[in-house]
Amino acid sequence: MTEAETTGTPATTGAPGTTGMPRTPGAPGTTGTPGAAGPPGTHGAAAITGPHGATGATGATGATRAAGPHGAAETTRLLAATGTAEGRGTPGNPDRLESPVAAAGTAAAGAGTAAAGAAPSVPATPLLPRRRGVELALIVVAVLLSVYGYCAVGLAKSGALPPGAAGYGAGLGVLALLAHGAVRLRAPYADPLLLPIGVLLNGLGLVLIYRLDLETPGERAAPAQLVWSTLGVALFILVVLVLRDHRWLQRYSYLCVVAALALLALPILFPPVNGARIWVRVGAFSIQPGEFAKVLLAVFFAAYLAAGRSALAYTGRRVWRLQLPTGRVLGPVAAIWLLSVGVLVLERDLGTSLLFFGLFVVMLYVATGRTGWIAVGLLLAVAGAVGVGRLEPHVHGRVQEWLHPFASIDAGQGPGQIAQSLFSFAAGGLLGAGLGSGHSILVGFAAKSDFILATAGEELGLAGLSAVFLLYALLVERGYRTGLALRDPFGRLLAVGLASLLALQVFVIAGGVTGLIPLTGMAMPFLAQGGSSVVTNWAIVALLIRVSHVARRQYDGTAPP
Amino acid sequence: MPPVSRCIRHAAAFCVLLLVALLVNTAWLQLFLSPSYAGNPANRRPTIARYDQPRGRILVGGRPVTGSRDTGEQLRYERTYADGPLYAPVTGFASQRYGTTFLEHSEDQVLSGTDPMLAGLRLWNDFTRSRAPGGDVVTTLNPAAQRAAFDALGARKGAVAAIEPATGRILALVSTPSYDPAELSGNGPAVAAAWARLNDDPEQPMLNRAVRQTYPPGSTFKVVTAAAALDAGLVTDLDMPTDSPDPYPLPGSTARLVNEGEGCENASLRYAFEFSCNTVFAKLGVDVGAAAMRTAAQGFGFDDEGLRIPFPVTPSTFEAPADRAQRALSSIGQYNTRATPLQMAMVAAAVADGGQSRAPYLVERTTRHGGATVSAAGSRPARQVMLPTTAERLRELMCGVVEEGTGRNAAIPGAVVGGKTGTAQHGVGNRGTPYAWFVSWAQGDQDLDPRVAVAVVVEDASARRGDISGGGTAAPIAKAVMEAVLHSPPTR
Repeated sequence: MTEAETTGTPATTGAPGTTGMPRTPGAPGTTGTPGAAGPPGTHGAAAITGPHGATGATGATGATRAAGPHGAAETTRLLAATGTAEGRGTPGNPDRLESPVAAAGTAAAGAGTAAAGAAPSVPATPLLPRRRGVELALIVVAVLLSVYGYCAVGLAKSGALPPGAAGYGAGLGVLALLAHGAVRLRAPYADPLLLPIGVLLNGLGLVLIYRLDLETPGERAAPAQLVWSTLGVALFILVVLVLRDHRWLQRYSYLCVVAALALLALPILFPPVNGARIWVRVGAFSIQPGEFAKVLLAVFFAAYLAAGRSALAYTGRRVWRLQLPTGRVLGPVAAIWLLSVGVLVLERDLGTSLLFFGLFVVMLYVATGRTGWIAVGLLLAVAGAVGVGRLEPHVHGRVQEWLHPFASIDAGQGPGQIAQSLFSFAAGGLLGAGLGSGHSILVGFAAKSDFILATAGEELGLAGLSAVFLLYALLVERGYRTGLALRDPFGRLLAVGLASLLALQVFVIAGGVTGLIPLTGMAMPFLAQGGSSVVTNWAIVALLIRVSHVARRQYDGTAPP
Repeated sequence: MPPVSRCIRHAAAFCVLLLVALLVNTAWLQLFLSPSYAGNPANRRPTIARYDQPRGRILVGGRPVTGSRDTGEQLRYERTYADGPLYAPVTGFASQRYGTTFLEHSEDQVLSGTDPMLAGLRLWNDFTRSRAPGGDVVTTLNPAAQRAAFDALGARKGAVAAIEPATGRILALVSTPSYDPAELSGNGPAVAAAWARLNDDPEQPMLNRAVRQTYPPGSTFKVVTAAAALDAGLVTDLDMPTDSPDPYPLPGSTARLVNEGEGCENASLRYAFEFSCNTVFAKLGVDVGAAAMRTAAQGFGFDDEGLRIPFPVTPSTFEAPADRAQRALSSIGQYNTRATPLQMAMVAAAVADGGQSRAPYLVERTTRHGGATVSAAGSRPARQVMLPTTAERLRELMCGVVEEGTGRNAAIPGAVVGGKTGTAQHGVGNRGTPYAWFVSWAQGDQDLDPRVAVAVVVEDASARRGDISGGGTAAPIAKAVMEAVLHSPPTR
């Protein structure tokens, strides 16, 4: 993909040479007018670079602080480059997307133009390197690490290289390279860390599942997981190739929420599995629709909040230091809360419920900046959790097991799953027992899915586990950074939402199996066995790739994404 | 409204908080709680690690009598035994379900590879979490003597202990009826059934009679009484008549002690020893006094609660009562005097070795898997428990028993053999099955020292009163063991 393609797409893009020329002097703060918006995709305007951009820049320096609708984006960039840091609270700050109109579309138009001090001489608009080579190198490292882990398992278990090592490495490598090719083609500016982290975590997950397969003769989960990973990567490629502009999703936000609710409601029709109604079984296939619903809900939340954030931020009463929201806008929040509790009660799925609610509170806070929301959210969460914990025996049991993990041992019934999981982590110590040398299979049921982290903890030790946590943290951090760099509210909220989704999910399940919080059945992103989960996570990374491409291409020199 | 970017940063800070919580909790769990969790009895990992490698071997005469079998199960290696019943009193069992006993227990660290001495580089082993391969335990047993004792006992209930007098090396340790410890190795239902059956068996096959069962030693204890009398100077000439009535009225009581044989009135010590006159030795015990008797008995190893060979041996007891009637009975191995077969073998060994007593031991050395010695028994300090002249006279007396007394069944052509028979009464009114005893030592004509000291006890329902049963039942077993040792090449 070349610059020409991007810049050429939107009709509204001004002629390169003229961008810097003020056509409509004055009119600060009006940049977001509908006229300027144009069709989604105008963000391409921001990408004017190279010599044109440079000329434009120089041209703009001495000129006025106003820009015509078309030139707005460029001017903004210049101003930002000269030091109008965000957060200063100047009226034209890029963060201050006051009008709902701004949400309507223009990415670049988020720029206010009334910057106080445009420096007389401004350097050329910096252009971020694409970093695709770095991504390729990291992918190679990720694939090699996974193959190494696969071989280490075989050597530890049978003293010989596992027969499928080459095929496994080739499979993972081909998937990774295809994904990389798609990124090169359609999202050349995407963050170079996202894809390699996904590949490494997915590869490590396959290694751990293969390792546990060796302990359960007759139950081969790794090949199925590889098939699901292939589907996940296929979805990734599809999203990267087809979704030219993430704002396209904004139009379908209500479709998203309807689909999400339908997916969530679907398992109620099916019999519960292990106490939770989160599965849909069709023949040999079983999927967890709740996994897909997560992404759809994140999209909906982002769209809803981006469109109505000022209304939501409408201040209500002030209690102590908390700015409470007005009663009028409490409605949607209450609806989401009811949805979460409904999920909890009807499907007995504490984890998903916690995830949805946490996600909504975080996104609401980011969109409105109202601490009151957090207070209300926490109150509702606590009320919901306590209420359901009291009334619902399944959830109540989980809480009891968290508080007293060794109660079953004292009762002479042997260690429960949490106790076995804790034993596993403890056995890992600092450096771990080594791949293939642990006994995390003692966890028993769900050792390959919910408790996969116990295997990582025992065989890779604190060192390996910390590395895994940091990989997730890096993934989340890239998402947040993308959110910081983007200028369209929907994109920002989407990036932050998806990253928060990952962070919350990792925390909820990792905290659960390590005894930090009550255990909730949930899949460790990428690592755990589970087709729905791995496909969903690849979709999340694909969306992050898409938005990060936009974020890095329209880099304005302030906060490097 | 605050800027969005600030809110994003706040949210990011919240995520960092979650990450820190996870990392701190995991570090706490994996570093600080780790030792206590590893020690939780419900945690199977130590057990799995224990059986994850073949257990070291126990060797007898250079040949392993134990092995390991790869079951492919979670507890991977199971103990196997060659000649399980023969060596059961030595090896004990190593069960995945019921723990370990005897050598399997006391040398467990070596056999399971956890002995710190086995690890070449401890830090490296800690780092790689590798466990040293199980080491080997080389026993002092003489396989021929062990086999001879086991076969000679046959279906009878009894025990044999044989010692090399000059060193204290245990050459044979047999208890019958025995059992196959391999039956207890695993952890399945068959093992539980075998365990229940062996424990419910009235014959007590798992009881190690050689070291864990005390019997009244009967007349064999007269060796100790004679040693005390000779050391005390009560008897200076073996052939001089003693001033002993027959029957002997027990002092301070109306009971009178009688003999089975004839000619015990005022018999010489030699005659009394050869034909086991109760009256003479009862009176000697009374005359020697409680303190001297106790000193003599304790010198031979009675009342020693700390004896380990390396597994603990049930202490033999000699009360040395102040009451003279009781002391009279104690001195002929009755009343509360009780001894293990091993203890009586130690008595014979002390006589054979010039009055020196040595702590017996079963483990010659322990080695690494490759054969490098980890620890060796070395020479044990000897204690002089009687005057050398006393020992010389006792040897003479014991030889007389075999040459012309009650122990003629133990005579071996081409060897000097000394022995003492015994038949012990027990039970209320002496109605229990009597115990036939024989203690002896033997020295080949070519040998510089006595090669073997033996004690045999047989719980013999057919034994008649008197010493004939000791000589008739137990002496041939002792003879078989002594012959086996004399025919074996010298060990050093």
